[in-house]
Amino acid sequence: MIGVSQASLRFGALRVFAGLSIDVPLGRTTAILGPNGRGKTTLLRSILGFQPLDQGRRHAPAIVGYVPQHGASQAKLSGLDVVTMGRAARLGLFGQPGPDDTKAAHAALVQVGACSLSDLRYDRMSGGQRQMILIARALATGSDALVLDEPTSALDLGNQARTLALISTLNRARDRAIVFTTHDPNHALAVADDVVLMMPGGGVVQGPVAQMITPDLMAELYGVPMHWVRPDGPQGRIAMLPEFTGKDALCA
Amino acid sequence: MSVALDQAPRRARLALRLGVFPAMVACLVLAMLYSISAGRFEVPWTRVVEILWARVWDLSGSADTMDERIVELVRLPRVLLAALSGAALAVGGAALQGVFRNPLVSPQVLGISQGGAFGGALAILLGFHGVVLLGMSFVFGLVALVLVGLLAHINGRTEVLTVILAGMIVGAFFAALVSVLQFLADPNSSLPAIVYWLMGSFSTATWARLGLAVPGMALGLALVWSLRYRLNLLALEEAEARSLGVNPDRERWFIFIAATMMTGTSVAVAGVIGWIGLVVPHAARLIVGEDHRRLIPASALLGAAYLVLIDTLARTLTAAEIPLGVLTALIGAPVFAVLLRQHFKRAWHA
Repeated sequence: MIGVSQASLRFGALRVFAGLSIDVPLGRTTAILGPNGRGKTTLLRSILGFQPLDQGRRHAPAIVGYVPQHGASQAKLSGLDVVTMGRAARLGLFGQPGPDDTKAAHAALVQVGACSLSDLRYDRMSGGQRQMILIARALATGSDALVLDEPTSALDLGNQARTLALISTLNRARDRAIVFTTHDPNHALAVADDVVLMMPGGGVVQGPVAQMITPDLMAELYGVPMHWVRPDGPQGRIAMLPEFTGKDALCA
Repeated sequence: MSVALDQAPRRARLALRLGVFPAMVACLVLAMLYSISAGRFEVPWTRVVEILWARVWDLSGSADTMDERIVELVRLPRVLLAALSGAALAVGGAALQGVFRNPLVSPQVLGISQGGAFGGALAILLGFHGVVLLGMSFVFGLVALVLVGLLAHINGRTEVLTVILAGMIVGAFFAALVSVLQFLADPNSSLPAIVYWLMGSFSTATWARLGLAVPGMALGLALVWSLRYRLNLLALEEAEARSLGVNPDRERWFIFIAATMMTGTSVAVAGVIGWIGLVVPHAARLIVGEDHRRLIPASALLGAAYLVLIDTLARTLTAAEIPLGVLTALIGAPVFAVLLRQHFKRAWHA
């Protein structure tokens, strides 16, 4: 559905990826994990076609719903106006959004549960509210491929939970291909089916979430020891905690 | 949210939207009527309406009396030309500001005005007027724009910042060339003509000159009007705009060409009239907001009314005509200062 095949990209001496093939089929959600500056956003931009590849090719539908990390921050437009922009790809050069487009935008707002933001000005919204509007805009494109760049990184814990719940709801019907970047293994555990790890040395490994989100791989990825925790007892949900040394590091 | 709560702001906005535009149209019509009636030979505005009304019903009749001739042959074409130029300059400014996501951009910034000024001054120096002058100022406005495009096209991409820098370079270059022409011009004949033309005036307006100006300006206005929703999308981040099916590099050039047609034409028929493209879109933005579907028509109406009033002042304040460029700067600069302060005060509280 959406991805790259045999793709290579370097920036000068720095290899971002080489011979990489990723495919996110309909019904699957893929998380891309990696340390800061490793090239998660660059890989997303390659999948979207904004970043030309040195080798290889991308495959994607003509219209992809894209949720940028920081979007349209200056727009003094209402929430509904920003969501309606998602229809633009269908309008053509001289087109104007009509009642059908407003209806589709409204439906997208309903889908993300943000109807109350319809009349609020976008530039006066909080980070969490903007995130909902941008996801609604991506849905309003009508594309079944959804690409989200760090959808949770600027949000507080409550808004992270809401965004993750929304991503997981969006793929409940298993009719979308969703890709997102994050640096938190717990976000991948919460919503992803597959995981792509951009390892510190230039390598990339990928696989099902259960095989990729392990203490060993995560420790290798971030250079911090990682541990499983079971907050609900041995049979309950599972989460991963990094072993931050903090104050102890000074004494050691 | 309850239905009543949801509906209330929407209804208020609808009233605003319906009320603002008729008010702007009324302002423009009143400004035009006042401008036609005012002047050395004053024609009462009731008489102006009477003459125009009679003309509507009898297009073939001739203007016989003194006041008919003043209204129909002198003031009406002048007022229409001023209104059209004001609309074109304001819309050009609003469109460029949208494309550059920068409220301080105007046709001067891209070097279009200076290029057009050089073309026009060269035409006067060589003894040409009319169509040739118009053609040359449009062509050199376009030359300036193409130079800016070539300079700013680096590594296969055209970034906004490099376009602005290239515009400053090209503008400065053509401004220097205009000085060279003034230095070369005959101080007894062509030099005063060039200087007076550069300061801007509608005093030479005729129906023929209006006919010259209409195609370029109307085409430019129509192009920007049909791209009004695209302008909202071009104001987004580059990657965001691309993901919504916009081709920013290509669509920016449509706007640039439309702005060049409008600016080049207005420079040709009335000289360099600064500040309109900067001040008017700001005022319009304060009234109707940033959505280009409302901002473009509001800029056109306000720009038209504003330039008609400025032109009326220019020919009625003193016995001699004051150059338009002087008035637009004298009025535009303080108004712009007030608008700018208000803008940032609001932004602070938002």
